[in-house]
Amino acid sequence: MIFFTDVYKRYSNRFEALSGLSFHINKGEMAFLTGHSGAGKSTLLKLIALIERSSHGQVLVNNQNLTRLPKRKIPYYRRQIGIVFQDHNLLHDRTVFDNVALPLIIAGENHREIGRRVRASLDKVGLLGKERSLPIALSGGEQQRVGIARAVVNRPPILLADEPTGNLDPELSRDIMSLFEQFNQVGTTVFIATHDLDLINTLPHRQITLDSGRLAEQR
Amino acid sequence: MNFPKLNLANYLLRHLQVMLFSLGQLWRQPLSSMMTIIVIGIALALPAGLYVLLDNVKQVSDQWDDATQISLFLQQDVSPERATKLTSQLKQWPQITNTHYQSSNQSLEEFRQLSGLGTLLDSLPSNPLPAIIIIQPNENDLRPDAIGSLLARVEALPEVEQAQLDMEWLLRLRSINKTVERGISILGLLLSLSVLLIIGNTIRLAILSRQSEIRVIKLVGATNAFVRRPFLYTGFWYGILGGLMAWLTLTLSLSLINSPVNELAKLYSSQFTLHWLSALLLVLLPATGLVLGVLGAWISVGRHLSSIEPS
Ligand SMILES: Nc1ncnc2c1ncn2[C@@H]1O[C@H](COP(=O)(O)OP(=O)(O)OP(=O)(O)O)[C@@H](O)[C@H]1O
Ligand SMILES: [Mg+2]
Repeated sequence: MIFFTDVYKRYSNRFEALSGLSFHINKGEMAFLTGHSGAGKSTLLKLIALIERSSHGQVLVNNQNLTRLPKRKIPYYRRQIGIVFQDHNLLHDRTVFDNVALPLIIAGENHREIGRRVRASLDKVGLLGKERSLPIALSGGEQQRVGIARAVVNRPPILLADEPTGNLDPELSRDIMSLFEQFNQVGTTVFIATHDLDLINTLPHRQITLDSGRLAEQR
Repeated sequence: MNFPKLNLANYLLRHLQVMLFSLGQLWRQPLSSMMTIIVIGIALALPAGLYVLLDNVKQVSDQWDDATQISLFLQQDVSPERATKLTSQLKQWPQITNTHYQSSNQSLEEFRQLSGLGTLLDSLPSNPLPAIIIIQPNENDLRPDAIGSLLARVEALPEVEQAQLDMEWLLRLRSINKTVERGISILGLLLSLSVLLIIGNTIRLAILSRQSEIRVIKLVGATNAFVRRPFLYTGFWYGILGGLMAWLTLTLSLSLINSPVNELAKLYSSQFTLHWLSALLLVLLPATGLVLGVLGAWISVGRHLSSIEPS
């Protein structure tokens, strides 16, 4: 599903965040991305989401060569990927419902379908009662779950998350992780960057570890 | 890939939603929205108002068309018989509707009455005033060039010493009108440009204040067209509402000067009343605003939106 072949990423200030990276993640797999702060985890996810482009090497996602994908096709490519951020990136002047509906509105879904899918998605993350609330009225864990509901609402084949449990206490973190596992169980490829070794060491999924932009070890 | 279904009703519904959403956003910041709308309104009302006034001046000057006449001052040695004959000859010209002969004695009499210099005139050895033929040009020949050629023709007659266009000021007024009209066009153009800039700048600020939102929307797969749409509709609303504001301003200002104008007209025993193309302007001003609004938004969006990418 995700193939990296000898990938380098050099930022405009000539800093090399990723060096000679090669790995792949299978379809339907769930994997964690770990490494010290500044190791390049966010950079790697940004390459997959096409927020950044690789300086060298090839990135293949869902059979598309990202190195060659023209700019105007990026929006359509991104609709195949659900992204969850540490700081949620919710729109604070829209209700929970409208936030979750955003990817469907963008994709031009019709009204009834939007209502149905948003409620199904909110139901999965346990927030069905909060659809009329504004994000500020929710706790940090609830906001994170709204972000996850938004990421999965259009049933993307790939789900990326950057430190999804960064601000949460251990119990909430476990809840969130098991939510990701549920999506993985229905076939979604899940790739999560995280610091939370204590938590992910209890889980049976592969860990890809970065060390200063290079692959350190795979377990 | 899941491409959007091409469903027209669905497409129109989405546009309607964005349209109302943009209007709602103006509504949520009533003060700054109102200020922008007022500025646009004034910028549109000014050239329109000047144009309405000019149009009225034109109407007045048209009413005075039949007051235009040419006085032919005859040579001293032209006999009254010859002059009378010339008077009826001139009346046959197609460019002339009417003629009137006034002998030198009548001229002297008129001058005596008007000037009050009776005794002084009596002491003159002979009548210094010429006989006059007054001709009334045809209504269709009142354009400056036609009048000019008529003037030249009658002046070339051997009996005529000098031909003088009375109400020459009316023709001057007409050509002043033309100049003013051009001035108003230029002013209108400049003010339209400023409306474009005002809306462009307002949209720029709106884009800046929604930067983070734009990033999020692009990250979940929004195309540039999708991101652009609400801002274009914002320009659309500013334009239309600014146009309506212009109409309101104009209607108010003109009704304020309407009653003094009526009084003035009464003094000249004229039935003149200000007329402004109220219904036409009610369509024209918002339409102009709309075009300028969308255009200004388009330019601004094109310049500022593409640089905002997720990071
Ligand atoms: N836009 C950028 N321009 C220049 N350097 C950058 C940029 N983004 C990241 N870097 C550098 O690249 C390196 C990797 O950053 P990255 O954000 O990928 O690390 P990370 O593994 O996600 O760290 P953290 O765990 O703290 O989030 C860092 O040294 C960072 O300073
Ligand atoms: Mg990071």
